[in-house]
Amino acid sequence: MENKNKVLLKVENAGVSINDKSLVKGVSFEIKQGEIVTLIGPNGSGKSTTAKIALGIYKKIDGKVKKYTDKIGYVPQKISIDWTLPIRVLDFMTLTEELTQDQINIALNLTGVEHLKDKSLSNLSGGEFQRVLIARAISKKPELLVLDEPVQGVDFKGEIALYELIKQISEKMKCGILLISHDLHVVMSATDFVLCLNGHVCCSGAPHKVVKDSKYKELFGDRASNILSLYEHKHDHTHSQDGTIDQK
Amino acid sequence: MLDDFFIRALLAGIGIALITGPIGCFVIWRRLSFFAGTLAHSALLGVTMALVFELNIAFSVFLISAVLAIFLLQLQTKTNLPNDALLGLLAHSSLAIGLVIIGFLTTIRFDVMGLLFGDILAVSQSDLLLIWGGGVFILIILKIIWKPLFASTINYDLAKAEGMNPDRYNAIFTILMAAIIAISIKIVGLLLITGMLIIPAALARNISNNPLQMVILSTIGGLLSILIGLFSSLEFNTASGPSIITAALILFCFSLIKFKKYSELKK
Repeated sequence: MENKNKVLLKVENAGVSINDKSLVKGVSFEIKQGEIVTLIGPNGSGKSTTAKIALGIYKKIDGKVKKYTDKIGYVPQKISIDWTLPIRVLDFMTLTEELTQDQINIALNLTGVEHLKDKSLSNLSGGEFQRVLIARAISKKPELLVLDEPVQGVDFKGEIALYELIKQISEKMKCGILLISHDLHVVMSATDFVLCLNGHVCCSGAPHKVVKDSKYKELFGDRASNILSLYEHKHDHTHSQDGTIDQK
Repeated sequence: MLDDFFIRALLAGIGIALITGPIGCFVIWRRLSFFAGTLAHSALLGVTMALVFELNIAFSVFLISAVLAIFLLQLQTKTNLPNDALLGLLAHSSLAIGLVIIGFLTTIRFDVMGLLFGDILAVSQSDLLLIWGGGVFILIILKIIWKPLFASTINYDLAKAEGMNPDRYNAIFTILMAAIIAISIKIVGLLLITGMLIIPAALARNISNNPLQMVILSTIGGLLSILIGLFSSLEFNTASGPSIITAALILFCFSLIKFKKYSELKK
């Protein structure tokens, strides 16, 4: 398959300011089919804002965003559903798309929450709700997935399984993924392209290049790079071309 | 036996309950009860405007509600006042302006009480036509926009990200609310339309676990309130509008008892 992968999303020099205060500026990247692009950065560095810019949620932005697909699945970071609204997992799954019972079951099964189908959303725990959110986003077979800290509150075992699932989705469904995550292990092992944000793009590139960037070290501290080199070291056999990383 | 006017009242009431049932659910879900009340208050101004300029009452009420909604949006961007304060400001000032204008209309005899509480027993055939025609129209629109409106109600960002255009559907819903107030003002009056929008939906919430069920139960609750209210107003010779709302409140209390028993059973 030498098919050139389609570009799904192109963000050019984008930014947004609210009340003359810039939240994030000068962000450029693109996402192709089957590619995982990750945003990392400290709290308040504009990761979620960047995701929202890419999704077209803001009415006024600087720069340009070009979307080449309408099939988008979104897992927001914070979702405050009014619990006065009676809604079951089942109803939530078909929120933006008509799905058959089979499609719903398959998606819920993938994230391990099929048994919660008829439960009320308000009775779910944080981790369960997060799994439902992911199931909903992937059930519509999106071309572009935007995941804003998708595994927050999920137990340790589930976290690994869900990241595995996300990786599979990007490979099997040729889906482009924009991921926001604090888990630097995952970011560095599963990602094709990393943007390191702090109100602007500090550094960006392939994971092994970003870890060595001095700005990255400044932002996350030396330990962050150490953790990562440790990680890469442990899996040295799978990344044999990165011989330079093992400096410890 | 039943008089002709009573059958017309029943038909009008049933029509209103069929519209307020589903719309009321969205009013509760979107936390718009106070907004609905504000629109209803502004209806008095709409009616006086209709008298001054000799317009159709429903049309004039609809127009004033729409202007008020736009004005509210403007105020929201221009001040830091919380929403409920702005709504209170608009509700009472539009009511006051309406009453002040009535004071100037010395040549027209005007039944303010009828306007406040409605007069369902004085429904004419053209009123019936307006309610059922307008009602069918409102329900068809609601059916069409149901999915994007519901998604926008659940979460603005999610709906917008997945291509639903929530702003458009929020605006359409506001127009539907103004329309329902415009066509029902004469029947249940401005103080009671909010009751009809909120109480049946509220009682339905107590006994339902999914959105569709809540809409159906809310409609049934509204229908029962109309029937019980109208028949008891005939029996006890009480004011019809307030009787309907009282019936709705009693049904609401029943829904509470049922809910408690249900949750006890679960434990």
